[in-house]
Amino acid sequence: MSRIYGLVAEFDTAEALLRGAEAAREAGYRRVEAYSPFPVHGMAEVLEHDDPRLPWAVFIMGVIGCATGFGLESWTAVINYPFNIGGKPTFSWPNFIPVAYELTILFSAFTAGLSMLVLNGLPRYHHSIFNTPRFERASSDLFFLCIEARDAKYDPEETAHFLENLGAQLVSEVEK
Amino acid sequence: MDNTRHISSSNGPVDPAVAGLMEGEQTFETVSERLASIVLRQDKHKLPWWIMLGIGFVMYNLLGIALTKLLLYGVGIWGIDEPVGWGWAIINFVWWIGIGHAGTLISAFLLLMRQNWRNSINRFAEAMTIFAVLCAGIYPVFHTGRPWCAYWLFPYPNILGMWPGWRSPLLWDVFAVSTYASVSILFWLIGLIPDFATLRDRAENVVVKKTYGVLSLGWRGAAEHWQRYETASLILAGISTPLVLSVHSIISFDFSIGIVPGWHTAISPPYFVAGALYAGFAMVIILAVPLRKWYHLEDYITPKHMDWCAKLMLTSGLVVLYGYMSECFFSYLSGNHIEIRMMELRQFGPYGAAYWFLILCNGVIPQLLWIPKVRFHNGWLFFISVVVSIGMWLERYVIVVVSLTRDFLPSSWGYFAPTIWDILMYAGTIGQFIFLFFMFVRVMPMINIFEMRELVHKTHGHVHSSAEEHSAATPVSLPAQPAE
Repeated sequence: MSRIYGLVAEFDTAEALLRGAEAAREAGYRRVEAYSPFPVHGMAEVLEHDDPRLPWAVFIMGVIGCATGFGLESWTAVINYPFNIGGKPTFSWPNFIPVAYELTILFSAFTAGLSMLVLNGLPRYHHSIFNTPRFERASSDLFFLCIEARDAKYDPEETAHFLENLGAQLVSEVEK
Repeated sequence: MDNTRHISSSNGPVDPAVAGLMEGEQTFETVSERLASIVLRQDKHKLPWWIMLGIGFVMYNLLGIALTKLLLYGVGIWGIDEPVGWGWAIINFVWWIGIGHAGTLISAFLLLMRQNWRNSINRFAEAMTIFAVLCAGIYPVFHTGRPWCAYWLFPYPNILGMWPGWRSPLLWDVFAVSTYASVSILFWLIGLIPDFATLRDRAENVVVKKTYGVLSLGWRGAAEHWQRYETASLILAGISTPLVLSVHSIISFDFSIGIVPGWHTAISPPYFVAGALYAGFAMVIILAVPLRKWYHLEDYITPKHMDWCAKLMLTSGLVVLYGYMSECFFSYLSGNHIEIRMMELRQFGPYGAAYWFLILCNGVIPQLLWIPKVRFHNGWLFFISVVVSIGMWLERYVIVVVSLTRDFLPSSWGYFAPTIWDILMYAGTIGQFIFLFFMFVRVMPMINIFEMRELVHKTHGHVHSSAEEHSAATPVSLPAQPAE
């Protein structure tokens, strides 16, 4: 039993995948994941994938970026090495805006990109789902719905039957 | 955007927002196969690719020669001297950065505006951005004269205890351009991950498969991943859009914050940004016309795409033209005799020919784009885009050189003429751009494959799926997503 990752159903359209995912959620399955060659809209809501951490991380790092830029400029120009250039005030803050602005963008952009990867657990060397037959077509034209073996409601016979009834072209048991 | 009469409409009732964005019978498989095979099947790259790579390689070597000479002898080999200390190096820097901006606009701003037509052109436009910024970056670094000390531009604790001058737009440039370059590369690479996964899964050669396997970072298309991916893309688009505007505004500050007559104008930021987009859309068309012909991509980059790019080019061109007119108007109206003389000098002085040629290239010839036939004719589009590129280069020439030749005091007036080393270095960066671009075309998908699959889903999904799958109740577009 522990050698099995889950049961994977194969569909040929995004609509079928979405309906399958909805049916699986309604049937009470919780460890359900859909694999598609492009983002299927509505899927995140059906599977309740909603991660507020990413936007918050971006916002917080953006604020830190802005503070870093403005803080560095103010500290170096006012405290660490005040320097009279053309009689301008040392704390000439309007001139500090462009650098603070660019650092805000730099910090938040890299946070968006990198936290997407980190929260998704990427890069990753291997994953059990790749043992699925024909899964190489999940990046071209096939859609897969996986009910994982660790789901409380998982039963090899009953779950396979459930997936077949969804109109799957192929249901396969996938090893870890 | 109503001119669709030249476009064969797709079969079936298709959402007008995506009509005409793809031609022929397309399925997920045909899209993936056609676009991935350009990378995976090396025989797809025929003579034109080798010719372009050859031209690029030869010209790229000119850059090596020009930079070697420059490092040995210093910037004195260029035409710069007093009073014109900013010659071709700064002109070319601004020109290249400007070209890059259309790529970011297409990938970021059009994503925010839910413009589906960006999907066919965003990938190579982003590549264009990155290579253009790489070309641009060479100039200011070598213009410092001691490029090995270029790190002095960054704030770091040093034994003198000195920090960079935060009040200088030249320092803002350092932050703006380096941020722009790194964010553009990040955005581009993130967009490539699902496509690398497609290439990984379709490759037959083991080495190729492993290479794309590593590059795809283990992407498996899970719904949870797509959700974060789309959130991250949308956020990146949201912060790249103001980034583009800020980068070229800051570049215009290089000029407008100086008190040199002809530079010191408040109109510079919007006028520079419009000019950047103008040159950028011209470059997108210059690249798209041969690419779609050589790689038979007419099904994906349709006449509608070319038409809309041309319309955006025309629009930004009109803003630029308005900028020229208001610059002229406010100079003559200023009552400031130095400003008036500067405008007279630009138009009727020793460099007058450059000014009028610039008006011809940027203001007059592109008006042909009002004619629909011209917008649907590849030859004309290519010609006008080249003309616009030349015009935008001349614009920077007129701004940089002509303004500097006449200072406030007649004793410091002078002339500028480029040397062979200016020309070789310019040719060299063009070579670098061509070389890198055609290398990119060979190893990475030049059209975003997964977004094209999504487009198939939106346009033909109900046509191609089997009858029983097509139920009116399919809730595919139920929740309103901010992305397309």
